[in-house]
Amino acid sequence: MNFDLTDERQMLQDGLRRYLGDAYTPASVSAIDAAERGFSPAIWQGLAEMGVIGALFGEGDGGFGGAGFDIALVFEEMGRIGAVDPLLDTAILGGGLLAALGTDAQVSSVRDVIDGTMHLALAHGEPTSRYDLTRVTTTAQKTPTGYRLDGRKAVVVNAPAADMIIVSARTNGNMAEANGISLFLLPADTPGLTLRSYPMAGGGQAAEIVLDGVEIGNAARLGPENAALGALETATARAILAISAEALGLMEAIRALTTDYLKTRKQFGKPIGQFQALQHRMADMLIEIEQARSAVINLAGHIDAPAALRDTHVSATKNLIGIVAKQVVEESIQMHGGIGMTQEYALGHLAKRLTMVDHRFGDTTHHLERFITLAVA
Amino acid sequence: MDLSYTDEERAFRDEVRAFMAEHLPASLSDKVKRGQTLTKADHEKWHAILNAKGWLAGNWPVAFGGTGWNAVQRHIFDDEMTKASAPRIVPFGLAMLGPVLQKFGSKEQQDYYLPRILNGDDWWCQGYSEPGAGSDLASVRTTAERDGDDYIVNGQKTWTTLGQHANMIFCLVRSSKEGKPQEGISFLLIDMTAPGVTIRPIVLIDGEPEVNEVFFDAVRVPAANLVGEENKGWTYAKYLLTHERTNIAGVGFARAGLENLKRIARLERADGKPLIQNPHFAARIARVEIDLMAMSTTNLRVVSKAAAGQAPGAESSMLKIKGTVIRQEINALTRNAVGPYAMPFASEGLTEGSNAEPIGPDYARAATAQYLNNRKLSIYGGSNEVQRTIISKAILEL
Repeated sequence: MNFDLTDERQMLQDGLRRYLGDAYTPASVSAIDAAERGFSPAIWQGLAEMGVIGALFGEGDGGFGGAGFDIALVFEEMGRIGAVDPLLDTAILGGGLLAALGTDAQVSSVRDVIDGTMHLALAHGEPTSRYDLTRVTTTAQKTPTGYRLDGRKAVVVNAPAADMIIVSARTNGNMAEANGISLFLLPADTPGLTLRSYPMAGGGQAAEIVLDGVEIGNAARLGPENAALGALETATARAILAISAEALGLMEAIRALTTDYLKTRKQFGKPIGQFQALQHRMADMLIEIEQARSAVINLAGHIDAPAALRDTHVSATKNLIGIVAKQVVEESIQMHGGIGMTQEYALGHLAKRLTMVDHRFGDTTHHLERFITLAVA
Repeated sequence: MDLSYTDEERAFRDEVRAFMAEHLPASLSDKVKRGQTLTKADHEKWHAILNAKGWLAGNWPVAFGGTGWNAVQRHIFDDEMTKASAPRIVPFGLAMLGPVLQKFGSKEQQDYYLPRILNGDDWWCQGYSEPGAGSDLASVRTTAERDGDDYIVNGQKTWTTLGQHANMIFCLVRSSKEGKPQEGISFLLIDMTAPGVTIRPIVLIDGEPEVNEVFFDAVRVPAANLVGEENKGWTYAKYLLTHERTNIAGVGFARAGLENLKRIARLERADGKPLIQNPHFAARIARVEIDLMAMSTTNLRVVSKAAAGQAPGAESSMLKIKGTVIRQEINALTRNAVGPYAMPFASEGLTEGSNAEPIGPDYARAATAQYLNNRKLSIYGGSNEVQRTIISKAILEL
């Protein structure tokens, strides 16, 4: 048993914290708000240069990390600053699927991801699929030279900035069948693929995608035909680790802001942190944040375990993170009072971003049900 | 980061597990499994078995006859004991008084009392709480006045757990009314058989006389029974309370309780189906299991920090709160799980030697009593509200 960071990870954590602290200034944040892509290309390039993207990939894929604790460390730091860079979409989901399934030609793009020169998005969810990974109605019909894609994809995060988009579609089976799902890697400017882009609550950009008779060659298929679900589940498990660790970082940042506020804000002649009603709520928040940290550690330690054990931890962690996130957001705003409601004060962005965590890859109810199936019933 | 045990830790776990399998009498583990009240003889039997192996004093240094285990080893030992349904080690002499004597006691006190604790010659109880001093321990009013080579002790202690078995009590007494309340307290060892000591049981809502009132009426206590210096007792009491307690979260108890709950929920039928398939009930079990999975890692994080020599501070308070909340929820769910058979008030069925025909299923008998009894978890050892204040002081530094 050992809960200490290795020297390498400690260095990465220190370096990343310093870099993000310098990079995320009020000026860079307002530049991001105004930018079309939803993040800063300069910060992204900086992350690539200091090896942060490479830390999310194994050595066989050209990186130098890729373990659960590498992902947890990087994303916790991103969360601490409220970073909006699409590391999860380009590296964990997009890059992860390329590395796992790609042909030699497709895998070579992973190097571009690690270099920071390529952005990716995963277009899997659909307007009515909610959090169910098997519910795919987009179709891929065979043509003499490849496939024709038709369908709609919903809330495709980072699609507006993506150079390549990974699209899931049915090559076989009924709407919610596990078998019959295939993945395709296509350039974002492929004819017939249209994006309606929009900003998201908590930062970043997404798009609704329409695929209308999109013709692609056989070479565009990513991985085996009909059998992409396993890879999607693995990628989603890693994404849930990433977003849970990011949530933990956001919680720590909110805790620090709220603690400072309780020490400095005076009402009735003394700092409001001297009132026991607030002290005890703050203590409860701290306990739950430690629970969240343990949940992230549990998942990081089991991310490469056999699927059933891994998924028990995936759902336990995502459920707990969702519950704690709601408590931290609501309690911190409440303890701040009016200032916590303002767009200008730093809490707002962090709270919004943390709130949105429950809306990706399954919310507390979804994962409670899944945990029951896996571990209780 | 490595969540698994090292090879040495695993070997130790296997050794403990094998010992439990071989030496823990079924007569004891059966009682623990059924939630029956253990007799004084039961406790003494188990202590003697562990003492013969040299494993009774897990938190004592080797020099005093302890194991010298680090925090991780103690955690493994506690965990295996719970898994095997072994009786808990009665903490008053071993976990509480022992470390205080080792740190603050005289050589004579150490040489006399420590072996007697190990050998079971003395059964200690704790004389801290008073009718007017619960979580606010510094307001103790039991007095000790010096009279030649003795102290004369007058006053009353309460909530004295298992005091009915004890022949010795360690007490916080007021030896001075000067200065702050904390400054006039002394730590005294008192013979319960001395003239002027009377003990009266308090029956709790589970029907068991687990705790007692102890009265002191002009009790003569030799001054040699003072631990450390006069009026410095508060320091020793705090040391005792904050002395690293790896088991404060009660992870082992919680895990055993959860397994028992799931077993019952598989046997009980609701609407003709196993109760565990009821989605609402399953959701409540799932929530507490998820919390326990995280809390058990929180516990290991604190344990491994303690093993590396860092004393846990506010973390102990966090573990106490989360651990007790989880255990109480498991108790509540177990009571819910057994349905109408939670209603028979069966305290006599939990006591050895009862000839009464059992009512309802075997597993139902202790559910209500344990639920009621474990309301104590969030009250004793510094109530959960006191722990929250400790945590907020540590964070807010106000």
